[in-house]
Amino acid sequence: MPLCATDLVKGLIGLLGSGEVLTELEDILPYCFDGTAALKQRPLAVVFARDASQVSSVIKLARIQGAPVVTRGSGTGLSGGSVPVLGAVVLCLVKMDRILEVDTANLALRAEAGAITQKIYEAADAVGLFYPPDPGSMKISTIGGNVAENSGGLRGLKYGVTRDYVMGLEVVLADGSICWLGSKCVKDVAGYNLRDLFIGSEGTLGVVTQVLLKLLPKPTARQTLLATYGRMDAAAETVSAIIASKIIPCTLEFLDRKTIQCVEDFAKVGLPRDAEAILLIETDGHPAAVADEAAKIEELCRAHGATTVRRAANAAEAAQLATARRSAFSALARLRPTTILEDVTVPRSELAGMIRAVEAIANKHRLNIATFGHFGDGNLHPTILTDERDTAEMHRVELAFADIVEETLKRKGTITGEHGVGLAKKTFLRRQLGDSSYELLRLVKRSIDPDNLLNPGKIFDQA
Amino acid sequence: MKTLAEMDYSVLQQCMHCGMCLPTCPTYVETKEERNSPRGRISLMRAIADGELDVTKAFGEEMYYCLGCLACTSACPADVNYAELFETARAEVEKKGVLASPKRDAIRWFALRLIFTRPRLLRFVGRLLWLWQVSGGQTAFRKLGLTRLLPKNLRRLEPQAPAVRAKFSHQLIRAVEKPAAMKRRVAVLTGCVQDLVFSDVNRATGDVLLANGCEVHTPPVQPCCGSLHAHNGDMESARELARRQLDLIDPTNFDAIISNAGGCGSHFRHYDHLLADDAKYAERAAEWSRKLRDVSEYLVEIDFRKPSAPARGACAVTYHESCHLCHGQKVSKQPREILKAIPGVELRECGEATWCCGSAGIYNITQPETSSWLQDRKVEHLRATGAVVVATANPGCHLQIENGLRAAGDKAEVVHPVVLLARAYREELQG
Repeated sequence: MPLCATDLVKGLIGLLGSGEVLTELEDILPYCFDGTAALKQRPLAVVFARDASQVSSVIKLARIQGAPVVTRGSGTGLSGGSVPVLGAVVLCLVKMDRILEVDTANLALRAEAGAITQKIYEAADAVGLFYPPDPGSMKISTIGGNVAENSGGLRGLKYGVTRDYVMGLEVVLADGSICWLGSKCVKDVAGYNLRDLFIGSEGTLGVVTQVLLKLLPKPTARQTLLATYGRMDAAAETVSAIIASKIIPCTLEFLDRKTIQCVEDFAKVGLPRDAEAILLIETDGHPAAVADEAAKIEELCRAHGATTVRRAANAAEAAQLATARRSAFSALARLRPTTILEDVTVPRSELAGMIRAVEAIANKHRLNIATFGHFGDGNLHPTILTDERDTAEMHRVELAFADIVEETLKRKGTITGEHGVGLAKKTFLRRQLGDSSYELLRLVKRSIDPDNLLNPGKIFDQA
Repeated sequence: MKTLAEMDYSVLQQCMHCGMCLPTCPTYVETKEERNSPRGRISLMRAIADGELDVTKAFGEEMYYCLGCLACTSACPADVNYAELFETARAEVEKKGVLASPKRDAIRWFALRLIFTRPRLLRFVGRLLWLWQVSGGQTAFRKLGLTRLLPKNLRRLEPQAPAVRAKFSHQLIRAVEKPAAMKRRVAVLTGCVQDLVFSDVNRATGDVLLANGCEVHTPPVQPCCGSLHAHNGDMESARELARRQLDLIDPTNFDAIISNAGGCGSHFRHYDHLLADDAKYAERAAEWSRKLRDVSEYLVEIDFRKPSAPARGACAVTYHESCHLCHGQKVSKQPREILKAIPGVELRECGEATWCCGSAGIYNITQPETSSWLQDRKVEHLRATGAVVVATANPGCHLQIENGLRAAGDKAEVVHPVVLLARAYREELQG
């Protein structure tokens, strides 16, 4: 807590106006959490900035007063990255939501950090272009949050993640200075690639206020397939077979039985409730290539034990299936009061083994775990269905987590594929990185934010 | 009535604050502040249950800033029962009296306890209003500029006062009407505003059901459904009205109980939940809820006869979904199927069809600014379709949209889908 909280609040009101500074309990309680289960902390104040210069003045003031600053978008993060720290000023950017420029000559789009991912997709789509990254929360997630967490999504297999589409950033640093990193040039090697340093930095190095994004031409054709399996292993084998046949589908998603049932209860899109596993596969590109790939994929599915393969009849049905899949995490909350989502990722050759390991861990700790995820990326979302008020069970959840991480690291995997470290994975980071890499991270943080002002205590604790 | 602290905690816990509700919540979209969002409101309710927050005036104001449109429940993958949370929270706000003032208390007593619990008194008031309107009193009052003498809020509302019908439902519909060949027996619920202002919709409901082989029972004096009470924190009156309704209409005698107003239907449908702890009525309420259908839903369910009258030329129609029909009752496709079956109708979808129009019960009276922002937004989307007819299935939406269109100088007709269907059946006979 800063020494003069009232001075700080007065100062913030002076900078932004009283309507943009929230301090009453009823106003700030709804900012104590993000999309992560069981993590919450009360901030000192929540403030809304309208541009980089306001962000800069807020940071300068907070620095003088010694108050930490936690940047927040729509608060949908899944690792506790935007959960406040005690006494912090939450700097909320959702009111900076303009799309500033769609540059069809350079295939680029520039937006403020609070712009909604879905709106960016739509703005590109309207001029025949394509912004591929599509995290599950894209209907409300902000592009600034996507950059801060380097979010992935369903299309990661073929198109990569947020990082692959960021050409430039406007960033406000911990001393309040404003800098531009990157440009509209396809090639640009002037100096260190500092832009990439800020992507995935989880709000610990600076505040992203504007984003310049790369766009692609919109694929002219798409085909979505839904393959049903009686055995989980058969689905995993199909994925390996597709990749081994040198086909890279746009999307290659997997849902287990529990997830299928919850998603179907919500979305009612005709998923087979009695299947052990389903694969949701999409191929896109030139119509001839799509037709060819879809035929090959269907053949591979059948050859590896799919009981049925259904093709989406049209774009609307395909969109429905993708939307249903995006709801998986939240839909699982139907089963138990608390839903804790994991994000471990393994090399794709380790997938089938990893899935079996998760099953064994669930049995060992007598826990209910549902699994879905981006099979094509090796990115799994084992989801523990529990009740945070049951302390005995929550203890078993912790043990199960540790076991899942153990199995992941044994397979040369990573503790987080797309959700970030935040608070949720902090304790496991040093084990994955090793001492030297871990210290290098802290050295970078110390150099850029020496007073540990920005989102302190996320990713790691500063020594 | 259970308080937030006493209610089943798992209902509060069901919200895992993923944020999927945010883009569908009109008040969050308006302010972009979490407190004005579904997950924000739930976090406040949970803080009260946890003892971290008292029921304060600010909490009370927040609960009444919520439209209660339930758009969040359609968006929620986790199936959070927001309707229950919302009603429980408002009831607690009333119990604690954090918003109480002599004026507010008087208005609440007049509306909730006096007028809307006594159907004959309501009709008497309606008749007086009708006399005022047809006698020229209203016109004279307006022409003489006397509206200036009204308090500010009434001055704003006066021009929006609906035109009361010369005949109410019981003067248009007999208690029992038999079709040529009877296949089913149904009871029709006539509502309060619907009864006074849209008795033609009730007549049309009877007509289309008769045309589809239903024996139609319409008790001439029906109590209010109680939704106004439940949504405004008076659960006691809501339960009493539900019991009266069940005394009047025994669901075991009918194949279906038909509602034609989205708001009433959504509340009627949950009588089972409302009276679950009532030893005497629980069973009958459960039967009632099982048989409750919106009229469009029921027509589609019984595979209604498609009218064969020749089209009188193409007519562009757009459909606005009543919140409590689409979000509250999940009836969304059926009214469109009715419209598409009518010869000559070209159904044009409008943007944000499932967004609240700002009527939201009495929200247009209690929250005029947000209400008129939503009204403008709705009218813009409706007009963009170029449709000459706006179909909608709830009296509140009907009035709000009609007022909005007229203010924008638009002459488009606002009409309930079954009124159009009844017209098409009539035109068949006229050949």
